[in-house]
Amino acid sequence: MTPLLDARDVQVRYGSLAALAGVDLSIHDGQRHALIGPNGAGKTTLLNVIAGATRPQRGTVVFGGRDVGRLGPAARARRGINRIHQRPAVFSTLTATENVVVAALPRVIPQRRWRPGGRRRAAQHRAGPLLEQMGLADVASVPAGHLAHGQRRQLEIAMALAGRPRLLLLDEPAAGLSATEVGRLVELLRALPRAVAVLLVEHRLDLVYALADTVTVLRDGQRLAAGTPDEIRTSPLVRQAYADGVA
Amino acid sequence: MRNEVIRWGRGGVAALVLVGLVVAPWVVDDYTTAILARTLALALVGVSVALLTGVAGMPTLGQTAPYAAGAYACAVLGSRISDVGVVQVAVAAGAGAALAALTVPLVVHARGVIVLMITLAVGELVVTVLGRWRSVTGGTDGLAGIPAVRPFWGLPVLATDQARYLYTLVVAATLVGAVLLLLRTRAGLLLRAGRDDETRLRASGHRVPLLVSGAHVAAGAIAGAAGSLLVVAQQYISPADFGFDTSALLLLGVVIGGTASVGGALVGAALVIAARDWLFGVLPGHAPLVLGALFVATVYLLPSGVDRARLRPRPTDVPPVHPDRPAVREHAGAAPELRT
Repeated sequence: MTPLLDARDVQVRYGSLAALAGVDLSIHDGQRHALIGPNGAGKTTLLNVIAGATRPQRGTVVFGGRDVGRLGPAARARRGINRIHQRPAVFSTLTATENVVVAALPRVIPQRRWRPGGRRRAAQHRAGPLLEQMGLADVASVPAGHLAHGQRRQLEIAMALAGRPRLLLLDEPAAGLSATEVGRLVELLRALPRAVAVLLVEHRLDLVYALADTVTVLRDGQRLAAGTPDEIRTSPLVRQAYADGVA
Repeated sequence: MRNEVIRWGRGGVAALVLVGLVVAPWVVDDYTTAILARTLALALVGVSVALLTGVAGMPTLGQTAPYAAGAYACAVLGSRISDVGVVQVAVAAGAGAALAALTVPLVVHARGVIVLMITLAVGELVVTVLGRWRSVTGGTDGLAGIPAVRPFWGLPVLATDQARYLYTLVVAATLVGAVLLLLRTRAGLLLRAGRDDETRLRASGHRVPLLVSGAHVAAGAIAGAAGSLLVVAQQYISPADFGFDTSALLLLGVVIGGTASVGGALVGAALVIAARDWLFGVLPGHAPLVLGALFVATVYLLPSGVDRARLRPRPTDVPPVHPDRPAVREHAGAAPELRT
Protein backbone atom coordinates (compact mmCIF):
# COMPACT_ATOMS: atom_id res chain seq x y z
CA MET A 1 0.00 0.00 0.00
CA THR A 2 1.41 3.40 -0.99
CA PRO A 3 1.98 5.58 2.07
CA LEU A 4 0.26 8.95 2.30
CA LEU A 5 3.56 10.55 3.28
CA ASP A 6 6.93 9.15 2.39
CA ALA A 7 9.98 11.11 3.51
CA ARG A 8 13.28 9.56 2.45
CA ASP A 9 16.86 10.27 3.47
CA VAL A 10 16.00 13.73 4.83
CA GLN A 11 19.05 15.71 5.84
CA VAL A 12 19.09 19.16 7.41
CA ARG A 13 22.31 20.77 8.59
CA TYR A 14 22.84 24.03 10.44
CA GLY A 15 26.53 24.67 9.86
CA SER A 16 28.39 21.72 11.33
CA LEU A 17 25.32 20.53 13.29
CA ALA A 18 23.23 17.81 11.64
CA ALA A 19 19.66 18.41 12.82
CA LEU A 20 18.51 15.51 10.62
CA ALA A 21 20.99 13.01 9.21
CA GLY A 22 19.21 10.91 6.61
CA VAL A 23 15.85 10.23 8.29
CA ASP A 24 13.13 8.07 6.69
CA LEU A 25 9.49 8.33 7.73
CA SER A 26 6.33 6.86 6.22
CA ILE A 27 2.76 7.56 7.29
CA HIS A 28 -0.29 5.81 5.92
CA ASP A 29 -3.86 7.10 5.56
CA GLY A 30 -5.56 7.39 8.92
CA GLN A 31 -2.45 6.41 10.87
CA ARG A 32 -1.72 7.98 14.27
CA HIS A 33 2.04 8.34 14.26
CA ALA A 34 4.09 9.86 17.07
CA LEU A 35 7.61 11.23 16.93
CA ILE A 36 9.45 11.20 20.22
CA GLY A 37 12.99 11.72 21.35
CA PRO A 38 15.12 13.81 23.65
CA ASN A 39 15.49 17.56 23.13
CA GLY A 40 17.51 18.32 20.01
CA ALA A 41 16.65 14.99 18.41
CA GLY A 42 15.27 16.71 15.30
CA LYS A 43 11.52 16.16 15.82
CA THR A 44 10.37 19.69 15.13
CA THR A 45 12.87 20.03 12.27
CA LEU A 46 11.34 16.96 10.62
CA LEU A 47 7.88 18.45 11.13
CA ASN A 48 9.12 21.67 9.53
CA VAL A 49 10.48 19.76 6.56
CA ILE A 50 7.16 17.95 6.05
CA ALA A 51 5.19 21.21 6.41
CA GLY A 52 7.49 22.98 3.96
CA ALA A 53 8.80 25.52 6.47
CA THR A 54 12.36 24.13 6.23
CA ARG A 55 13.97 22.97 3.01
CA PRO A 56 16.27 19.97 3.48
CA GLN A 57 19.72 19.86 1.91
CA ARG A 58 19.05 16.28 0.83
CA GLY A 59 16.15 13.87 0.63
CA THR A 60 12.65 13.71 -0.79
CA VAL A 61 9.17 14.27 0.61
CA VAL A 62 6.38 12.56 -1.31
CA PHE A 63 2.79 13.28 -0.28
CA GLY A 64 -0.20 11.59 -1.87
CA GLY A 65 2.08 10.10 -4.52
CA ARG A 66 3.56 13.48 -5.54
CA ASP A 67 6.94 14.95 -4.75
CA VAL A 68 6.18 18.09 -2.70
CA GLY A 69 9.82 18.90 -1.95
CA ARG A 70 9.79 22.12 -3.96
CA LEU A 71 6.47 23.38 -2.58
CA GLY A 72 6.17 25.97 0.19
CA PRO A 73 3.93 25.72 3.27
CA ALA A 74 0.91 27.31 1.54
CA ALA A 75 0.94 24.92 -1.41
CA ARG A 76 1.34 21.93 0.92
CA ALA A 77 -1.55 23.15 3.07
CA ARG A 78 -3.71 23.33 -0.05
CA ARG A 79 -2.76 19.70 -0.74
CA GLY A 80 -3.86 18.66 2.74
CA ILE A 81 -0.89 19.01 5.10
CA ASN A 82 -2.06 21.13 8.02
CA ARG A 83 -0.21 21.97 11.17
CA ILE A 84 -0.80 22.85 14.80
CA HIS A 85 2.05 24.85 16.24
CA GLN A 86 3.80 24.51 19.58
CA ARG A 87 2.45 27.91 20.62
CA PRO A 88 -1.15 28.32 19.44
CA ALA A 89 -0.96 30.38 16.26
CA VAL A 90 -4.27 32.18 15.78
CA PHE A 91 -5.25 35.53 14.28
CA SER A 92 -5.61 37.49 17.47
CA THR A 93 -7.79 40.40 16.28
CA LEU A 94 -10.16 38.15 14.35
CA THR A 95 -13.06 36.43 16.08
CA ALA A 96 -12.98 32.67 16.61
CA THR A 97 -15.42 32.25 13.72
CA GLU A 98 -13.32 34.44 11.41
CA ASN A 99 -10.23 32.42 12.32
CA VAL A 100 -11.91 29.20 11.22
CA VAL A 101 -13.32 30.89 8.10
CA VAL A 102 -9.83 32.05 7.08
CA ALA A 103 -8.47 28.54 7.57
CA ALA A 104 -11.36 26.97 5.65
CA LEU A 105 -11.28 29.32 2.64
CA PRO A 106 -8.55 27.65 0.56
CA ARG A 107 -10.28 24.26 0.55
CA VAL A 108 -14.01 25.04 0.48
CA ILE A 109 -16.00 24.61 -2.68
CA PRO A 110 -18.96 27.01 -2.92
CA GLN A 111 -22.27 25.60 -4.08
CA ARG A 112 -22.65 28.35 -6.67
CA ARG A 113 -19.24 29.43 -7.85
CA TRP A 114 -20.53 32.42 -9.81
CA ARG A 115 -22.17 34.05 -6.77
CA PRO A 116 -20.04 36.74 -5.12
CA GLY A 117 -19.16 35.81 -1.56
CA GLY A 118 -20.12 32.17 -2.13
CA ARG A 119 -16.77 30.83 -0.99
CA ARG A 120 -16.90 32.86 2.22
CA ARG A 121 -20.46 31.71 2.92
CA ALA A 122 -19.39 28.10 2.44
CA ALA A 123 -16.48 28.63 4.84
CA GLN A 124 -18.85 30.26 7.34
CA HIS A 125 -21.11 27.19 7.19
CA ARG A 126 -18.13 25.00 7.89
CA ALA A 127 -16.97 27.11 10.84
CA GLY A 128 -20.12 26.77 12.98
CA PRO A 129 -20.12 22.98 13.44
CA LEU A 130 -16.34 22.91 13.98
CA LEU A 131 -16.53 25.49 16.75
CA GLU A 132 -19.41 23.54 18.26
CA GLN A 133 -17.37 20.34 18.10
CA MET A 134 -14.44 22.03 19.85
CA GLY A 135 -16.68 23.48 22.57
CA LEU A 136 -16.10 27.04 21.37
CA ALA A 137 -19.61 27.95 20.22
CA ASP A 138 -20.11 30.33 23.16
CA VAL A 139 -16.97 32.31 22.26
CA ALA A 140 -17.49 32.26 18.49
CA SER A 141 -17.69 36.06 18.26
CA VAL A 142 -14.85 36.79 20.69
CA PRO A 143 -11.50 37.93 19.27
CA ALA A 144 -9.05 35.05 19.48
CA GLY A 145 -6.58 37.22 21.37
CA HIS A 146 -9.03 37.31 24.29
CA LEU A 147 -9.34 33.54 24.59
CA ALA A 148 -7.62 31.45 27.24
CA HIS A 149 -4.59 29.40 26.19
CA GLY A 150 -6.52 26.12 26.12
CA GLN A 151 -9.30 27.67 24.06
CA ARG A 152 -6.77 29.00 21.57
CA ARG A 153 -5.37 25.48 21.26
CA GLN A 154 -8.88 24.16 20.56
CA LEU A 155 -9.42 26.96 18.07
CA GLU A 156 -6.22 26.01 16.27
CA ILE A 157 -7.42 22.42 16.01
CA ALA A 158 -10.71 23.69 14.56
CA MET A 159 -8.71 25.78 12.08
CA ALA A 160 -6.59 22.81 11.09
CA LEU A 161 -9.69 20.67 10.54
CA ALA A 162 -11.37 23.47 8.59
CA GLY A 163 -8.62 23.07 5.98
CA ARG A 164 -9.81 19.47 5.36
CA PRO A 165 -6.42 17.95 6.14
CA ARG A 166 -5.27 14.56 5.00
CA LEU A 167 -2.27 14.80 7.31
CA LEU A 168 -2.34 16.76 10.56
CA LEU A 169 0.99 17.73 12.08
CA LEU A 170 0.77 18.34 15.83
CA ASP A 171 3.79 20.01 17.40
CA GLU A 172 3.58 19.52 21.17
CA PRO A 173 -0.15 20.27 21.36
CA ALA A 174 -0.22 19.77 25.15
CA ALA A 175 2.43 22.42 25.83
CA GLY A 176 1.19 24.87 28.44
CA LEU A 177 -2.15 23.15 29.00
CA SER A 178 -3.58 22.28 32.41
CA ALA A 179 -4.33 18.68 33.33
CA THR A 180 -8.04 19.28 32.63
CA GLU A 181 -7.23 20.84 29.28
CA VAL A 182 -4.94 17.96 28.35
CA GLY A 183 -7.78 15.52 29.07
CA ARG A 184 -10.06 17.53 26.81
CA LEU A 185 -7.35 17.65 24.13
CA VAL A 186 -6.97 13.87 24.17
CA GLU A 187 -10.75 13.52 23.71
CA LEU A 188 -10.70 15.93 20.78
CA LEU A 189 -7.75 14.23 19.11
CA ARG A 190 -9.28 10.79 19.59
CA ALA A 191 -12.46 12.07 17.95
CA LEU A 192 -10.60 13.20 14.80
CA PRO A 193 -11.97 11.60 11.63
CA ARG A 194 -10.17 8.36 10.78
CA ALA A 195 -9.54 9.69 7.29
CA VAL A 196 -7.09 12.17 8.79
CA ALA A 197 -3.59 10.86 9.43
CA VAL A 198 -1.81 12.41 12.41
CA LEU A 199 1.87 13.01 13.06
CA LEU A 200 2.32 13.96 16.70
CA VAL A 201 5.45 15.40 18.27
CA GLU A 202 5.08 15.30 22.03
CA HIS A 203 7.21 15.09 25.15
CA ARG A 204 4.36 13.76 27.31
CA LEU A 205 4.65 10.06 26.78
CA ASP A 206 1.29 9.30 28.45
CA LEU A 207 -0.32 11.37 25.70
CA VAL A 208 1.73 9.63 23.01
CA TYR A 209 0.73 6.18 24.24
CA ALA A 210 -2.90 7.25 24.53
CA LEU A 211 -3.10 8.48 20.95
CA ALA A 212 -0.53 6.85 18.71
CA ASP A 213 -0.61 3.48 17.02
CA THR A 214 2.96 3.84 15.70
CA VAL A 215 5.90 5.57 17.35
CA THR A 216 9.19 6.66 15.81
CA VAL A 217 12.06 7.58 18.09
CA LEU A 218 14.65 10.09 16.94
CA ARG A 219 17.97 10.80 18.50
CA ASP A 220 20.70 13.15 17.25
CA GLY A 221 18.89 13.57 13.95
CA GLN A 222 18.65 9.85 13.24
CA ARG A 223 15.91 7.29 13.57
CA LEU A 224 16.68 5.19 16.60
CA ALA A 225 13.63 2.92 16.62
CA ALA A 226 10.11 2.55 15.31
CA GLY A 227 7.24 0.32 16.34
CA THR A 228 4.02 0.09 18.28
CA PRO A 229 3.72 1.92 21.59
CA ASP A 230 4.23 -1.35 23.47
CA GLU A 231 7.38 -2.17 21.55
CA ILE A 232 8.78 1.31 22.13
CA ARG A 233 7.83 1.29 25.80
CA THR A 234 9.80 -1.88 26.42
CA SER A 235 12.75 -1.11 24.16
CA PRO A 236 15.98 -0.89 26.19
CA LEU A 237 17.53 1.19 23.40
CA VAL A 238 14.83 3.82 23.70
CA ARG A 239 14.97 3.88 27.48
CA GLN A 240 18.70 4.38 27.29
CA ALA A 241 18.28 7.21 24.77
CA TYR A 242 15.79 8.95 27.04
CA ALA A 243 17.97 8.44 30.08
CA ASP A 244 20.91 10.02 28.20
CA GLY A 245 18.72 12.79 26.80
CA VAL A 246 17.27 13.72 30.17
CA ALA A 247 20.68 13.57 31.75
CA MET B 1 -25.40 46.29 24.37
CA ARG B 2 -22.33 48.48 24.86
CA ASN B 3 -20.99 47.52 21.45
CA GLU B 4 -24.38 48.37 19.97
CA VAL B 5 -24.26 51.83 21.56
CA ILE B 6 -20.72 52.34 20.28
CA ARG B 7 -21.76 51.30 16.78
CA TRP B 8 -24.71 53.69 16.78
CA GLY B 9 -22.56 56.44 18.27
CA ARG B 10 -19.92 56.07 15.60
CA GLY B 11 -22.55 55.96 12.87
CA GLY B 12 -24.08 59.14 14.25
CA VAL B 13 -20.73 60.94 14.36
CA ALA B 14 -19.94 59.83 10.80
CA ALA B 15 -23.33 61.10 9.61
CA LEU B 16 -22.80 64.44 11.38
CA VAL B 17 -19.33 64.83 9.87
CA LEU B 18 -20.71 64.05 6.42
CA VAL B 19 -23.52 66.59 6.83
CA GLY B 20 -20.95 69.13 8.05
CA LEU B 21 -18.77 68.47 5.00
CA VAL B 22 -21.74 68.87 2.64
CA VAL B 23 -22.86 72.22 4.08
CA ALA B 24 -19.31 73.55 4.64
CA PRO B 25 -18.99 75.49 1.37
CA TRP B 26 -22.09 77.52 2.27
CA VAL B 27 -20.68 78.32 5.70
CA VAL B 28 -17.01 79.09 5.05
CA ASP B 29 -15.28 81.39 2.55
CA ASP B 30 -13.89 80.33 -0.84
CA TYR B 31 -10.30 80.13 0.39
CA THR B 32 -11.27 77.73 3.19
CA THR B 33 -13.39 75.74 0.75
CA ALA B 34 -10.37 75.29 -1.51
CA ILE B 35 -8.26 74.24 1.49
CA LEU B 36 -10.97 71.73 2.47
CA ALA B 37 -10.98 70.24 -1.03
CA ARG B 38 -7.22 69.79 -0.92
CA THR B 39 -7.49 68.30 2.57
CA LEU B 40 -10.03 65.77 1.30
CA ALA B 41 -7.60 64.69 -1.41
CA LEU B 42 -4.86 64.20 1.15
CA ALA B 43 -7.23 62.42 3.52
CA LEU B 44 -7.98 59.98 0.73
CA VAL B 45 -4.25 59.28 0.42
CA GLY B 46 -4.39 58.76 4.19
CA VAL B 47 -6.99 56.04 3.59
CA SER B 48 -4.58 54.31 1.22
CA VAL B 49 -1.85 54.58 3.87
CA ALA B 50 -4.26 53.08 6.44
CA LEU B 51 -5.11 50.24 4.07
CA LEU B 52 -1.44 49.30 3.90
CA THR B 53 -0.30 50.25 7.39
CA GLY B 54 -3.27 49.38 9.57
CA VAL B 55 -5.20 46.76 7.65
CA ALA B 56 -2.42 44.90 5.85
CA GLY B 57 0.26 45.61 8.49
CA MET B 58 2.79 47.13 6.09
CA PRO B 59 3.80 50.62 7.23
CA THR B 60 4.57 52.87 4.29
CA LEU B 61 6.13 56.25 3.64
CA GLY B 62 5.75 55.99 -0.10
CA GLN B 63 2.09 56.57 -0.91
CA THR B 64 2.99 59.99 -2.24
CA ALA B 65 4.51 58.15 -5.23
CA PRO B 66 1.24 56.76 -6.67
CA TYR B 67 -0.44 59.98 -5.48
CA ALA B 68 1.98 61.96 -7.66
CA ALA B 69 1.63 59.52 -10.57
CA GLY B 70 -2.16 59.94 -10.44
CA ALA B 71 -1.94 63.71 -10.15
CA TYR B 72 0.47 64.15 -13.06
CA ALA B 73 -1.43 61.65 -15.24
CA CYS B 74 -4.61 63.61 -14.53
CA ALA B 75 -2.94 66.98 -15.15
CA VAL B 76 -1.47 65.88 -18.49
CA LEU B 77 -4.75 64.26 -19.50
CA GLY B 78 -6.76 67.32 -18.42
CA SER B 79 -4.48 69.73 -20.28
CA ARG B 80 -4.20 67.77 -23.54
CA ILE B 81 -6.95 65.19 -23.97
CA SER B 82 -10.03 65.19 -21.75
CA ASP B 83 -11.57 67.38 -19.07
CA VAL B 84 -14.12 64.73 -18.05
CA GLY B 85 -13.80 63.98 -14.34
CA VAL B 86 -14.74 60.33 -14.42
CA VAL B 87 -12.09 59.68 -17.09
CA GLN B 88 -9.50 61.61 -15.11
CA VAL B 89 -10.23 59.68 -11.92
CA ALA B 90 -10.02 56.36 -13.78
CA VAL B 91 -6.76 57.26 -15.52
CA ALA B 92 -5.24 58.63 -12.31
CA ALA B 93 -6.23 55.49 -10.40
CA GLY B 94 -4.73 53.40 -13.19
CA ALA B 95 -1.48 55.40 -13.10
CA GLY B 96 -1.26 55.02 -9.31
CA ALA B 97 -1.97 51.31 -9.55
CA ALA B 98 0.61 50.87 -12.32
CA LEU B 99 3.32 52.62 -10.32
CA ALA B 100 2.42 50.57 -7.24
CA ALA B 101 2.56 47.39 -9.35
CA LEU B 102 6.06 48.36 -10.53
CA THR B 103 7.25 48.62 -6.93
CA VAL B 104 5.56 45.39 -5.78
CA PRO B 105 8.68 43.24 -6.40
CA LEU B 106 10.61 45.52 -4.04
CA VAL B 107 8.20 45.27 -1.13
CA VAL B 108 6.39 41.96 -1.50
CA HIS B 109 8.91 40.00 0.55
CA ALA B 110 10.04 42.79 2.86
CA ARG B 111 8.35 43.79 6.10
CA GLY B 112 8.41 46.43 8.84
CA VAL B 113 11.12 49.07 8.82
CA ILE B 114 12.57 47.69 5.57
CA VAL B 115 9.27 48.45 3.80
CA LEU B 116 9.33 51.93 5.32
CA MET B 117 12.81 52.55 3.92
CA ILE B 118 12.02 51.09 0.48
CA THR B 119 8.80 53.06 0.13
CA LEU B 120 10.54 56.21 1.34
CA ALA B 121 13.22 55.71 -1.32
CA VAL B 122 10.58 55.11 -4.02
CA GLY B 123 8.74 58.29 -2.98
CA GLU B 124 11.94 60.33 -3.15
CA LEU B 125 12.88 58.82 -6.52
CA VAL B 126 9.52 59.76 -7.94
CA VAL B 127 9.88 63.35 -6.70
CA THR B 128 13.34 63.50 -8.30
CA VAL B 129 11.99 62.21 -11.62
CA LEU B 130 9.15 64.73 -11.48
CA GLY B 131 11.66 67.54 -10.95
CA ARG B 132 13.82 66.49 -13.91
CA TRP B 133 11.36 65.33 -16.56
CA ARG B 134 10.61 68.87 -17.64
CA SER B 135 8.97 68.07 -20.99
CA VAL B 136 6.12 66.23 -19.28
CA THR B 137 6.02 67.42 -15.67
CA GLY B 138 7.21 70.98 -16.07
CA GLY B 139 10.14 70.21 -13.74
CA THR B 140 10.29 71.92 -10.38
CA ASP B 141 8.00 74.68 -11.72
CA GLY B 142 5.21 72.13 -11.98
CA LEU B 143 2.14 72.26 -14.20
CA ALA B 144 -0.10 75.29 -13.98
CA GLY B 145 -3.29 76.40 -15.70
CA ILE B 146 -4.85 72.96 -15.75
CA PRO B 147 -8.39 73.35 -17.17
CA ALA B 148 -11.36 72.97 -14.83
CA VAL B 149 -12.98 69.60 -14.80
CA ARG B 150 -16.52 68.60 -15.85
CA PRO B 151 -17.79 65.57 -13.87
CA PHE B 152 -19.42 63.76 -16.86
CA TRP B 153 -19.76 64.29 -20.59
CA GLY B 154 -22.31 66.99 -21.30
CA LEU B 155 -22.18 68.59 -17.85
CA PRO B 156 -20.80 72.11 -17.36
CA VAL B 157 -17.24 72.62 -16.12
CA LEU B 158 -16.81 73.20 -12.39
CA ALA B 159 -15.92 76.87 -12.39
CA THR B 160 -16.22 77.72 -8.68
CA ASP B 161 -14.36 76.57 -5.57
CA GLN B 162 -17.68 75.45 -4.15
CA ALA B 163 -18.44 73.17 -7.13
CA ARG B 164 -14.93 71.76 -7.20
CA TYR B 165 -15.12 71.04 -3.48
CA LEU B 166 -18.43 69.19 -3.82
CA TYR B 167 -17.03 67.16 -6.71
CA THR B 168 -14.01 66.27 -4.55
CA LEU B 169 -16.29 65.31 -1.69
CA VAL B 170 -18.47 63.05 -3.85
CA VAL B 171 -15.48 61.26 -5.39
CA ALA B 172 -13.71 60.89 -2.02
CA ALA B 173 -16.87 59.59 -0.31
CA THR B 174 -17.47 57.11 -3.14
CA LEU B 175 -13.92 55.79 -2.94
CA VAL B 176 -13.99 55.56 0.86
CA GLY B 177 -17.27 53.64 0.55
CA ALA B 178 -15.60 51.30 -1.95
CA VAL B 179 -12.70 50.72 0.46
CA LEU B 180 -15.11 49.99 3.32
CA LEU B 181 -16.92 47.49 1.11
CA LEU B 182 -13.62 45.90 0.09
CA LEU B 183 -12.71 45.43 3.74
CA ARG B 184 -15.93 43.47 4.29
CA THR B 185 -15.01 40.99 1.58
CA ARG B 186 -12.84 37.88 1.76
CA ALA B 187 -9.83 39.99 0.70
CA GLY B 188 -10.34 42.34 3.66
CA LEU B 189 -10.59 39.43 6.08
CA LEU B 190 -7.41 37.86 4.71
CA LEU B 191 -5.54 41.17 4.89
CA ARG B 192 -6.43 41.50 8.57
CA ALA B 193 -5.44 37.89 9.16
CA GLY B 194 -2.09 38.50 7.45
CA ARG B 195 -1.47 41.53 9.63
CA ASP B 196 -2.00 39.34 12.73
CA ASP B 197 0.13 36.38 11.66
CA GLU B 198 1.45 36.06 8.14
CA THR B 199 3.15 32.72 8.78
CA ARG B 200 -0.11 31.26 10.05
CA LEU B 201 -1.94 32.59 7.01
CA ARG B 202 0.58 30.90 4.75
CA ALA B 203 0.30 27.68 6.75
CA SER B 204 -3.46 27.78 6.14
CA GLY B 205 -2.83 27.61 2.41
CA HIS B 206 -3.23 31.25 1.38
CA ARG B 207 -1.03 32.90 -1.24
CA VAL B 208 0.35 35.73 0.89
CA PRO B 209 2.53 37.39 -1.79
CA LEU B 210 -0.51 37.65 -4.07
CA LEU B 211 -2.53 39.20 -1.26
CA VAL B 212 0.23 41.70 -0.41
CA SER B 213 0.63 42.62 -4.07
CA GLY B 214 -3.12 43.14 -4.42
CA ALA B 215 -3.18 45.41 -1.37
CA HIS B 216 -0.30 47.49 -2.76
CA VAL B 217 -1.93 47.91 -6.14
CA ALA B 218 -5.33 48.74 -4.61
CA ALA B 219 -3.74 51.30 -2.27
CA GLY B 220 -1.85 52.73 -5.24
CA ALA B 221 -5.09 53.10 -7.18
CA ILE B 222 -6.74 54.97 -4.30
CA ALA B 223 -3.73 57.27 -3.90
CA GLY B 224 -3.71 57.84 -7.67
CA ALA B 225 -7.39 58.78 -7.65
CA ALA B 226 -6.65 61.16 -4.76
CA GLY B 227 -4.03 62.74 -7.02
CA SER B 228 -6.74 63.61 -9.55
CA LEU B 229 -8.70 65.31 -6.76
CA LEU B 230 -5.65 67.40 -5.86
CA VAL B 231 -5.45 68.58 -9.47
CA VAL B 232 -9.14 69.54 -9.41
CA ALA B 233 -8.76 71.34 -6.09
CA GLN B 234 -5.57 73.28 -6.92
CA GLN B 235 -5.46 73.36 -10.74
CA TYR B 236 -1.72 73.46 -10.25
CA ILE B 237 0.77 70.81 -9.13
CA SER B 238 4.49 70.67 -8.51
CA PRO B 239 6.91 68.10 -7.03
CA ALA B 240 6.70 70.02 -3.74
CA ASP B 241 3.18 68.62 -3.25
CA PHE B 242 4.60 65.08 -2.99
CA GLY B 243 7.71 65.47 -0.85
CA PHE B 244 8.78 63.57 2.24
CA ASP B 245 7.01 66.01 4.57
CA THR B 246 3.68 65.06 2.98
CA SER B 247 4.45 61.32 3.43
CA ALA B 248 5.43 61.84 7.06
CA LEU B 249 2.34 63.96 7.78
CA LEU B 250 0.08 61.35 6.24
CA LEU B 251 1.60 58.55 8.31
CA LEU B 252 1.38 60.80 11.37
CA GLY B 253 -2.29 61.49 10.68
CA VAL B 254 -3.08 57.83 10.16
CA VAL B 255 -1.32 56.87 13.41
CA ILE B 256 -3.16 59.61 15.29
CA GLY B 257 -6.51 58.63 13.80
CA GLY B 258 -6.02 54.91 14.35
CA THR B 259 -4.24 52.78 11.79
CA ALA B 260 -6.77 49.95 11.88
CA SER B 261 -9.70 52.18 10.98
CA VAL B 262 -10.43 53.76 7.63
CA GLY B 263 -12.63 56.39 9.26
CA GLY B 264 -9.99 57.14 11.86
CA ALA B 265 -7.30 57.45 9.20
CA LEU B 266 -9.50 59.77 7.19
CA VAL B 267 -10.15 62.02 10.16
CA GLY B 268 -6.56 61.80 11.45
CA ALA B 269 -5.02 62.71 8.09
CA ALA B 270 -7.51 65.52 7.57
CA LEU B 271 -6.87 66.89 11.08
CA VAL B 272 -3.10 66.85 10.70
CA ILE B 273 -3.14 68.51 7.28
CA ALA B 274 -5.69 71.09 8.44
CA ALA B 275 -3.67 71.71 11.62
CA ARG B 276 -0.51 72.17 9.58
CA ASP B 277 -2.16 74.71 7.30
CA TRP B 278 -3.77 76.51 10.24
CA LEU B 279 -0.62 76.45 12.40
CA PHE B 280 1.38 77.74 9.45
CA GLY B 281 -0.51 81.02 9.81
CA VAL B 282 -0.79 81.14 13.60
CA LEU B 283 2.70 79.95 14.56
CA PRO B 284 4.91 80.59 11.54
CA GLY B 285 7.98 78.33 11.64
CA HIS B 286 6.77 76.29 14.62
CA ALA B 287 4.11 74.09 13.00
CA PRO B 288 6.37 70.99 12.71
CA LEU B 289 7.28 71.28 16.40
CA VAL B 290 3.62 71.40 17.46
CA LEU B 291 2.73 68.48 15.17
CA GLY B 292 5.64 66.46 16.54
CA ALA B 293 4.47 67.10 20.11
CA LEU B 294 0.93 66.14 19.09
CA PHE B 295 2.24 62.88 17.63
CA VAL B 296 4.24 61.97 20.76
CA ALA B 297 1.28 62.80 23.00
CA THR B 298 -1.12 60.73 20.90
CA VAL B 299 1.12 57.68 20.71
CA TYR B 300 1.72 57.87 24.47
CA LEU B 301 -1.85 58.55 25.57
CA LEU B 302 -3.85 56.80 22.84
CA PRO B 303 -1.66 54.01 21.45
CA SER B 304 -4.53 52.65 19.32
CA GLY B 305 -5.35 56.07 17.92
CA VAL B 306 -8.19 58.49 18.55
CA ASP B 307 -10.69 56.25 16.80
CA ARG B 308 -10.15 53.37 19.23
CA ALA B 309 -9.88 55.49 22.36
CA ARG B 310 -12.09 54.11 25.14
CA LEU B 311 -13.62 51.62 22.72
CA ARG B 312 -11.47 48.64 23.61
CA PRO B 313 -13.54 45.69 24.84
CA ARG B 314 -13.62 45.46 28.59
CA PRO B 315 -12.90 42.10 30.21
CA THR B 316 -16.60 41.80 31.04
CA ASP B 317 -17.39 41.90 27.32
CA VAL B 318 -15.69 38.55 26.89
CA PRO B 319 -17.88 35.57 27.73
CA PRO B 320 -16.66 33.47 30.63
CA VAL B 321 -14.34 30.61 29.93
CA HIS B 322 -16.04 27.25 29.59
CA PRO B 323 -16.88 25.97 33.10
CA ASP B 324 -14.86 22.78 32.82
CA ARG B 325 -11.79 24.65 31.60
CA PRO B 326 -10.30 27.04 34.14
CA ALA B 327 -9.25 30.46 32.85
CA VAL B 328 -6.18 30.45 35.05
CA ARG B 329 -3.84 27.76 33.93
CA GLU B 330 -2.81 25.10 36.38
CA HIS B 331 0.76 23.98 36.15
CA ALA B 332 0.90 21.27 33.56
CA GLY B 333 3.48 19.35 35.51
CA ALA B 334 6.61 17.70 34.28
CA ALA B 335 6.50 15.22 31.46
CA PRO B 336 6.31 11.69 32.82
CA GLU B 337 9.32 9.48 32.61
CA LEU B 338 9.26 6.54 30.28
CA ARG B 339 7.21 3.85 32.00
CA THR B 340 9.02 0.69 32.80
